[in-house]
Amino acid sequence: MADMVLDQVTKRYPDGTLAVDKLSLNIADGEFVILVGPSGCGKSTTLNMLAGLEDITEGELRIGGKVVNDKSPRDRDIAMVFQSYALYPHMTVRENMGFSLKLAKTPKGVINQKVTEAAHSLGLTDLLDRKPANLSGGQQQRVAMGRAIVRDPAAFLMDEPLSNLDAKLRVQMRLEVSKLQKRLGTTMVYVTHDQTEALTLGDRVAVLRAGVLQQAAPPQELYERPVNLFVAGFIGSPSMNFMSGTLDSGGLRTPLGDMPVSGSLRQEVSTASREVIVGIRPENFQDPSLVSADVRPHGITFQATIDVLESLGAEKYVYFNMDLGKAKYVTELEELARDAGRADSGAASETVVARLDPATRISEGAKVQLWADARALHVFDPATGRNLSVAAGTTASAAGQAGAGAAGHGAVTPSPTSAQTRSSAATQ
Amino acid sequence: MATTTRQKAGWGAANAVTFVVIAIPLLWIASLSFKTPAAITDPSFWPAQWTWGNYSGILTNSTFVRPLLNSIGIGLIATFIAVVFASMAAYAVARLAMPGKRLIVAGALLISIFPQISLVTPLYNIERSLSLFNTWPGLIIPYIAFGLPMAVYILAAFFQQIPWQLEKAAKVDGATPWQAFTKVIAPLAAPGMVTSAILVFMFCWNEFLFAISLTSTTSARTAPAALAFFSGGSQFTTPTGPIAAAAVVITIPIIIFVSVFQRRIVSGLTSGAVKG
Repeated sequence: MADMVLDQVTKRYPDGTLAVDKLSLNIADGEFVILVGPSGCGKSTTLNMLAGLEDITEGELRIGGKVVNDKSPRDRDIAMVFQSYALYPHMTVRENMGFSLKLAKTPKGVINQKVTEAAHSLGLTDLLDRKPANLSGGQQQRVAMGRAIVRDPAAFLMDEPLSNLDAKLRVQMRLEVSKLQKRLGTTMVYVTHDQTEALTLGDRVAVLRAGVLQQAAPPQELYERPVNLFVAGFIGSPSMNFMSGTLDSGGLRTPLGDMPVSGSLRQEVSTASREVIVGIRPENFQDPSLVSADVRPHGITFQATIDVLESLGAEKYVYFNMDLGKAKYVTELEELARDAGRADSGAASETVVARLDPATRISEGAKVQLWADARALHVFDPATGRNLSVAAGTTASAAGQAGAGAAGHGAVTPSPTSAQTRSSAATQ
Repeated sequence: MATTTRQKAGWGAANAVTFVVIAIPLLWIASLSFKTPAAITDPSFWPAQWTWGNYSGILTNSTFVRPLLNSIGIGLIATFIAVVFASMAAYAVARLAMPGKRLIVAGALLISIFPQISLVTPLYNIERSLSLFNTWPGLIIPYIAFGLPMAVYILAAFFQQIPWQLEKAAKVDGATPWQAFTKVIAPLAAPGMVTSAILVFMFCWNEFLFAISLTSTTSARTAPAALAFFSGGSQFTTPTGPIAAAAVVITIPIIIFVSVFQRRIVSGLTSGAVKG
């Protein structure tokens, strides 16, 4: 059991490639942290640095309070599950699982007992004397997990452990990994490029892009309050719809119509009108006839011609075309889509995806009214990608509190906790 | 179907020709070794009168038995040392990014194609001044030098096939680099090691040029060289029978060696290591 602290950790390869750039992340004891990002974002490199399989160029890595930068993997007391499982083909399942204990010169009786226990908990008891070549993919995956569990390490590192399984098995194993981590209560760092895995498994999800940490937050917060355009576009499926917009004193002008904006956001960016990128998630659209009258004023109603309608039973997806004014941000959005691994979704296309209640009577090809929830809009600075709606809430409430504190007590108040700012921003 | 039959016949004929071309001389040697000295010039393929005389003659004669032991000893020692060093060198070539890697590989290739005859005279002089002439080390050292490049080449190819992640897994499991090599990588490269060991041993076993140039007595002379020094029962008899018998004898270890290990060479040990 141990906490892990990455302090300004940087990895630069001899050829000058910067794989990880000043990554700082505190992983608490017993926490389940997911590193997620498109391929090449540095997540596996980070994991390898945690394991000690790659050197750290700059910065400090502390496990359980001790600096371990120069410690070899064997001195770090961590177990790792590899994407390819990396089972030793010349050893039986039993030998594979007991290998680390054997290296640690554990008495044979203890090894046997631990291996038997772990095998029992993973349903591998009947397979202990087989070689890896005679196991199915799912069984190999279990053995790889078993090899990690047997050691009772300070932390588990998982490098896309489920990506080689078929979809059904993946869901099943995902549940098992989650249960396992809860049962053992061991710190776990899990790398994946699959956002569903990231959102369902972790206590906290760290999103990386090109070696830079974008945001580390609990899954729900990541989804609801992405700090920038990349996180907003990467998390969520189907991904967030982006369009151009203008923010001025009159509100937020978007291709869908003029939206009311909350006071704090307008305050933050008011003086001159300002170009922005507006993001709205598919589920924030609705059939107006299904929106109750007291909610309807919080959004706007607009007209669209439905191109395609996909009925999935529990929900309906509709696709419609609209002049979203994306052309001026096409470079940014394309880069984003490429980085997010969604090059095929057509960053420049002017299609909007909406997820509607299955009760809707909307049909394909019809010209219909749709309602968009203005409260759920995200507004991004096109230059920096920063989420203004989140940032505005934070700074506005922070300023307000500081002001109130200073007036009330005539003293410097400590800066508000992030939890407070989050809640106040979320309600706006 | 007609083409299939014809193809079968064609391949069969080609196989038969190849087999005959290769097997006839071998069988001829075997046949000669069982003929009596008087019947050596007998043109019939099978001996009219079978005799073990040639075998009992050479196996009781120290001019053959001692060289046979030399061959076995020198061959095994040279093979062992060459494979141990080659596995380490091949591992470095396959796995480590080190300066001068290409130079090492190119150097190994250069050595393996170097004509041995050009080295005989310098080696003779060097070994004479170092008192290595006519000793086991005097042959073992050049054999290692020529066996290594071959072994490095074969083993490097094997090491490259072993998934890199296995070594990482071993390290995370708490293995030192040496343990990772000996307990995980080397066992997986065993087929490669056996293959290279067989080839190096066969090279040492068959080698004639150094064996005859760098030895002067039976204290270090190997079997192939000893064959050249065979003499007949008298000044006027050719030692054809004993030579044939000795040739058969020195073929036997190779046959045993290959038939014991060929399964290991063929078996793909790395299957099931990683998925995909």
